[in-house]
Amino acid sequence: MTTRRTFLASLAAAAAAPRATWADAGAPAVLAAGRDASGNYTLSGLSSQGAERFRISLPSRGHAAAAHPTRPQAVAFARRPGRFARVVDCPSGQIDARLDAPEGRHFYGHGAFLHGGEMLATSENDIATGAGVIGLWAPDEGYTRIGEFASGGIGPHEILALAQDRLVIANGGIRTHPDSGREKLNLPTMRPNLSLASPERGVLDQAELAPELHLSSIRHIALGPAGQIALAMQWQGDVMDAGPLLGLWTPGTPPHLCEAPPLRQMAMQGYAGSVAFSGDGKAVAISSPRGGEVQIFEAATGSFLNHWQRPDTCGLAPLGTGFLTSDGAGGMMALDTTGKARLLAHHPTAWDNHIIPLNQA
Amino acid sequence: MLRFTRPLAAGLLTALFSFSAAQAGVGEAIEQHILPRHTAFAKAAEALSTQAKADCTATAMQPAYNAAFDGWIGVQHLALGPLQDLGGPLALGFWPDAKGFTPRQLTALLKAKTPDATTPQGFSHQSIAVQGFFALERMLYDDALSSYTKGSYSCAVVQAMARDIAQKATTLATNWPAHATLLLTAGDAGNATYLSRDEAAQALFTALVSGIEYNDYVRLARPLGSFERPRPTRAEAWRSDRTQRNLALSLAALDEFAVKLSDGAATETHKLFTDARAWLANLDEPRFAGVADPVARMGIESLTSYLDLLKETAAAEVGDHLGVGQGFNALDGD
Repeated sequence: MTTRRTFLASLAAAAAAPRATWADAGAPAVLAAGRDASGNYTLSGLSSQGAERFRISLPSRGHAAAAHPTRPQAVAFARRPGRFARVVDCPSGQIDARLDAPEGRHFYGHGAFLHGGEMLATSENDIATGAGVIGLWAPDEGYTRIGEFASGGIGPHEILALAQDRLVIANGGIRTHPDSGREKLNLPTMRPNLSLASPERGVLDQAELAPELHLSSIRHIALGPAGQIALAMQWQGDVMDAGPLLGLWTPGTPPHLCEAPPLRQMAMQGYAGSVAFSGDGKAVAISSPRGGEVQIFEAATGSFLNHWQRPDTCGLAPLGTGFLTSDGAGGMMALDTTGKARLLAHHPTAWDNHIIPLNQA
Repeated sequence: MLRFTRPLAAGLLTALFSFSAAQAGVGEAIEQHILPRHTAFAKAAEALSTQAKADCTATAMQPAYNAAFDGWIGVQHLALGPLQDLGGPLALGFWPDAKGFTPRQLTALLKAKTPDATTPQGFSHQSIAVQGFFALERMLYDDALSSYTKGSYSCAVVQAMARDIAQKATTLATNWPAHATLLLTAGDAGNATYLSRDEAAQALFTALVSGIEYNDYVRLARPLGSFERPRPTRAEAWRSDRTQRNLALSLAALDEFAVKLSDGAATETHKLFTDARAWLANLDEPRFAGVADPVARMGIESLTSYLDLLKETAAAEVGDHLGVGQGFNALDGD
């Protein structure tokens, strides 16, 4: 059996055999899950201008996907608490592999590739203890499981590769059990954190929020070009008491929290569903499908810049000096940092929570 | 002159007939619910400002205040387009104020006595917590604030609040016809706000369902608190004895909205609205003080069952009629 140690040792020796690339899937810039007009669940690849490059049917509603950095493969996660994920060959739509969560585990819906695509990391729940786990898989070996490590908290949700062997982990802090679906079991004691970890050494650094903000579940993250990490939060208390929904973190320093003026803060309904930096890294945006609002902040200072309204908008990705947005009514928009949006494409697809850029491995 | 009283443009009238039969309710809701209610609110708010100029004292202001507040409750649920452009419903009613912004900032405003803060320009830059109906309620009904005299700084603040409300109400009424055109020309080339007929119908449908939810989860749930810990001072507008009245007016407005939007097809929804409104009318709970009394509490609490059922029924019945549902992502967060 392959251990993590022997696997890592073999990385350097991996053969560079010619393989299919993303060009074979139409060179999409982003991936997005959705539901088409007939009610079928899909995973699409789209250009940066929202033009569809491929579309694959999924047997159930997806959440996020992880895109292999070089091969045209997407790992599509089911909505949590899913027990499996599918590795899809995007040019053909065929299922290349299936990831089954080990006994006593389930996936939380996000994953990230490390080591240039030689390793896949997935966010998981150790059901018996509630401890967060990062599972490790080997794409070159048919996505066999090769190891795992503690995520450093409860309820890890989105994870992103910060470097070849560095992961940023949003430990949302909320314990759930598949027997009770999505019921939140530990709100009074939850303590979310943001962890920086390596598969070899485990958690290296951690940021926590002030005790009075312990109900702010840190669930989604984005990476800026200068190594800055943006975190988006979901408030678990009375929405009228909601704290800041966006934070900016440079490891080694405390997170800097960003709050919109009261009126706009209320418009988000205590909920940020996605976060992204602008294409030039100068701004960062969070979305609230519940409030139909996207808010834009300055990345350097964290100060509020502008807001934009469109119902059910959730997906966000970098685009030029602004953002690409997607929504439940099929719209894909180019949103600039002044809060003005331009329609790029209108699809007969309800776009699901996230847009996954292909360049983030 | 109130420009918003002008009749609908010819193009808009043509557009009214181009919706599919199933979405006929969109045009009716606009013509018979949204536009006339905004006109009525603007008139009442204008009268409030006129009253403030004539006699700003609290007792003289109260009737006009109540009439304007009635008008606001009649349109508060229409939180799209023009109202979003103003900053959403909180721009006219900063409530619930869980963090106590209004008392804190109002005290600071009255203490500073900055002349510039009561000019139209200066007041528009004040915090929204000191604008709108809830800040004005404190000036008119809070014993510690309401004994001001004509010519005082408090009087100037009240006049500024009334003028600001009137100006916002006029802006809403002025801007709604253009937004109505956007709703009715949804899906046409050049309409970047509503990309399809379904989007327009869904925006109104969402306003209806959210309006019912707001009454349930906010207007009712906040004062109810828990049985062990009722929260009567969390009731909406209790200082002016408007808690029950606001709920009744909101349900009446939502009832009308649902009837128009479904083109009369949502009969079960209408029946439930009628029952809930009758139940509420039988209570003698102007400020929901009864939430703290075990027996009276049951009468108020029963309304939550009505509203829970109403929300489900309206979402199904009106949604079916319009062929739309609730937001894909808004409903299923993660």
